[in-house]
Amino acid sequence: MAEIKRYDNRLGVWGWLGGGRWGIERYAYILHRLTGLGILLYFLMHIVVTSLRAFGVYLWVEGGFFHQPIFKLGEFLVFAAFAYHAMNGVRLVLVELGFAVGKPIEPIYPYKTSLNVQRPLLIAMMILAVVFLAAGGYEFLGLAK
Amino acid sequence: MRETKYWTWHMTAGVVILVLLGLHMVIMHLGSITHLFAPHAGEAVSRENSLFRDGQLFFTITYILLLGVALYHGLYGLRTILFELTLKPAVEKAVSVVLLVVGLGLFGLGTWAAVAVHAIAITGARG
Repeated sequence: MAEIKRYDNRLGVWGWLGGGRWGIERYAYILHRLTGLGILLYFLMHIVVTSLRAFGVYLWVEGGFFHQPIFKLGEFLVFAAFAYHAMNGVRLVLVELGFAVGKPIEPIYPYKTSLNVQRPLLIAMMILAVVFLAAGGYEFLGLAK
Repeated sequence: MRETKYWTWHMTAGVVILVLLGLHMVIMHLGSITHLFAPHAGEAVSRENSLFRDGQLFFTITYILLLGVALYHGLYGLRTILFELTLKPAVEKAVSVVLLVVGLGLFGLGTWAAVAVHAIAITGARG
């Protein structure tokens, strides 16, 4: 079996967070990771808290500990993180599978970058995320009641 | 090759989560707009509405499925981020084992709770 060649990550943590000269897609990817970590942290706690309902403990209902406004705000932030992470995730899967990156062309000067071909997909996904977020905000602000 | 397989599963899990967590978010956080699967008055997350959903086999199965795929997607994503720091092989192995144990433990807890509340809801033990 072929061994995977390992490259040293000489940039360390900056290698995670630095977008360098790369386009907005690279920053979208960094935000994708940050929102993913936030959702994961919430999710691990969410499993424990919601499992307590097996003992008849509902901490999120009216009068419960997690029904306080600060936690409602936190929930909305998780919703916002999900809206972004999901829509950007669809973009990443499509690009990974070779969609929306354009066809290979001869490298003739002035060179064209496939990033410009990807840009409309990023914009479309971000519009969808904003629409989803607006619906969540409408509910969060109590306007739907 | 094995890592490619894990990465493919990670992406596939993401697509499954998009559907199931999307449904979860629409029910829980857009409840005042959609009123889906919340027949009782009050919030979608109220005790009565939670018990109603827990009593449906569809929700018990999808909760467990979502739990499994979301834990895999999240913990594998965290593992990928940590591995980018070029850890020593022994540390990588330890990270993998810890994440696997955490994942299996939480999957066990969540699955047990989903099955337990389903039984409680269908017998009407909590009214």
